[in-house]
Amino acid sequence: MSTFAELLLNGISLGSVYALIALGFVVIFRATEVVNFAHASLLLAGGYVTATLHDDIGFWPALLVGIAGAAAVGAAVEFLVMRRYRGSDHSVLAIVTIGVDILLTTELTRRIGTDVLALGDPWGDAVLTVGPVSLAHTRIAAFVAAALLITAFLLVFRYTSWGVAMRAAAESPETAALMGVRLGRVSLGAWAVAGGLAAVAALFLTVFPTPGLERATSLAALKAFPAAILGGLDSTTGALVGGLLVGITESLATGYQSDLTFLGRGLGDLAPYLVMVAILLIRPAGLFGTKELARV
Amino acid sequence: MGGSALLVRDLSVGYGPVRALRQVSLEVPEGAVVAVLGSNGAGKSTLLRAVCRTLSFHGGAVTGGTVSLGGRPLDRLPPERVVAAGVSQVPEGRRVFARMTVADNLRAGALGGSGGRAERARALRRVHDLFPVLADRAQQRAGLLSGGEQQMLAVGRALMGSPKVLLLDEPSLGLAPLMAARIADTVREINEQGTSVLLVEQNAALALRLASRAYVLEVGEVTLSGPADTLAASDEVRRRYLGVTDEDAAADVSRAGGLPALSRWKG
Repeated sequence: MSTFAELLLNGISLGSVYALIALGFVVIFRATEVVNFAHASLLLAGGYVTATLHDDIGFWPALLVGIAGAAAVGAAVEFLVMRRYRGSDHSVLAIVTIGVDILLTTELTRRIGTDVLALGDPWGDAVLTVGPVSLAHTRIAAFVAAALLITAFLLVFRYTSWGVAMRAAAESPETAALMGVRLGRVSLGAWAVAGGLAAVAALFLTVFPTPGLERATSLAALKAFPAAILGGLDSTTGALVGGLLVGITESLATGYQSDLTFLGRGLGDLAPYLVMVAILLIRPAGLFGTKELARV
Repeated sequence: MGGSALLVRDLSVGYGPVRALRQVSLEVPEGAVVAVLGSNGAGKSTLLRAVCRTLSFHGGAVTGGTVSLGGRPLDRLPPERVVAAGVSQVPEGRRVFARMTVADNLRAGALGGSGGRAERARALRRVHDLFPVLADRAQQRAGLLSGGEQQMLAVGRALMGSPKVLLLDEPSLGLAPLMAARIADTVREINEQGTSVLLVEQNAALALRLASRAYVLEVGEVTLSGPADTLAASDEVRRRYLGVTDEDAAADVSRAGGLPALSRWKG
C-alpha cells in the first residue's frame, strides 16, 4: 500500500509538471489555433539558459533569466516566423512549428553535446519521509510550483483584460478584431507565456531523480503532448486533468513494471499514449475539448 | 452637427478576381441614421468589412477609394485603430462570444475603446439602461441567450467602446417581428443619444422607417440613393424591397384618383 501511495504522489507531482507543459500547448492553441510542435525546444532552451547561468549568478536569478529567456525565444518565434504565415491554413502553421523545433533543437543539442547539465537547484536529493511513505523534496517543490503557477494563470485568464482578449480571440478572431483586440499582441503574449511555463517545467523535469538536462529532455517534454490532447487541446481544465492522468499512469506503470513483465519492458513510456488512444476512441475531442462544429 | 461622420468615396473591393464593390460612395452625416438596402450578395457586408478593415479575414482587399471618419482617413489602419478612432460594428449573425459570460462579452467590447475606467463604467451603465436583461443575465454564458437577447448583447458590446459611428449588419435577421421592432426602437434611442448609425438591412421597411437617408446597393454598385421617405415612396424600392406588388401599387394609384384602374381580364 505504501508503494502505491508513493507512486501515486510521485505521479501527481510528475503530472503537475506535464500539466504546466500542456498548458503551454493549450494557450498557444487557443490564441492562434496552432498546434505548437516547437514546444519541447522552448523547454530545452529555458533549461539550457538556467543550467549555464546558475554557477555565476546563483540558482534563483538563473531560473528567472531562464524563464525570461524561454519567453523571449517563444515571442521571437511568433514574431519572426509565425507572424509571416498568419492567415495560412492551421495545418501549414503546425508544420512550420515542426521546422522551428528542428532548428532550435539541433542548435541546443549541439551546445549541450553529450553533457548532462545540472540546474543547481537547492533541493538536491533530499527525501521527506512520513511514516512508510518517502517523497523527494524536488517532487514536492514541483507540485507546489505547478499548482501556484496554474492557479495564477487561471486567475489571470479569467479576470484580466488580457484573459478576456485571449478568450475572445480564441473564439472568433474576426469578431475579436472588430472589438479592437490586437490579435498580433495576443498571439505574441501566448507564445511568451508558453515559453515561460516550459522553462519552469524544464527545471522540474531535470531535477532529482533525473540526472540533469540532456539532449533527451525534450523527449520527456513530448509526454505532455498526449496530456494536452487527451484533455482536449482547447481546454485549460483538460490540460490539468490530462497532465495528472499521464503523470499518474506513467508513475504506476513504471512502479509496477516488475508485475507486468509479460508486457515487455518500457511500459512506463508507452502508457501515456495508450491512455490517450483509449480516451480518444471514446471521446474524439478529448475529455474537455470543444467538439468541432461546422455549419454546412 | 452638420459635418459628415463617416464618408466613403469611390470605394472598390475585390475578393481575388471577384469585384464585390465598384466605386461605392456614401455619407453618414453626424447624428444621422443612414440605411443601406440590398439583397443577398449585393456587397452590404463587404462594405462594412472594408470600413472596419477586416476584409483580410475573407481574402478581400480594397482596390480603390477612401474611407474617412470626421475627415480622418481610415484606410490602411489595422482593425483595432479603426475601433479606437470610434467605429464599432455589430456583425451579421450577432457573433457573440458564446463560451464567455454576458459580462465578459461586454468587457471584450470595451477592449478597443480609448477611454479609461470611468468611461467604461459609464458605457456599461448606458448598455444596462438600454438592455436591462443584460444586467440580469450578466453571469450567464452568452450562448444560452435567446436570439433577441444575443442581438441585444451584440449591440451592447459594440456600444462599450463608446463609438462615434455604429455599424449594424442586419440586426433584424432571424428575429421575430416584435423583437425586430424592439431592436429598431433601441437603435433610434442610441442615435438620439448622439451616435451616428449606418444600418445595413434586407428588411427595407424597418430600415426606411429608422433612417433619414438610404442607399440601395445592387451587385456592388449604388443604384439608388436619397432621403428615406422619398425612397420608400419610389415604385422601384416598393416593388423590389418592400414587397409591394404591382397590383397593390396600381390600387394605390387608383385610390389616388389618377389613372383608371385596369381590372383583370376575364376571358
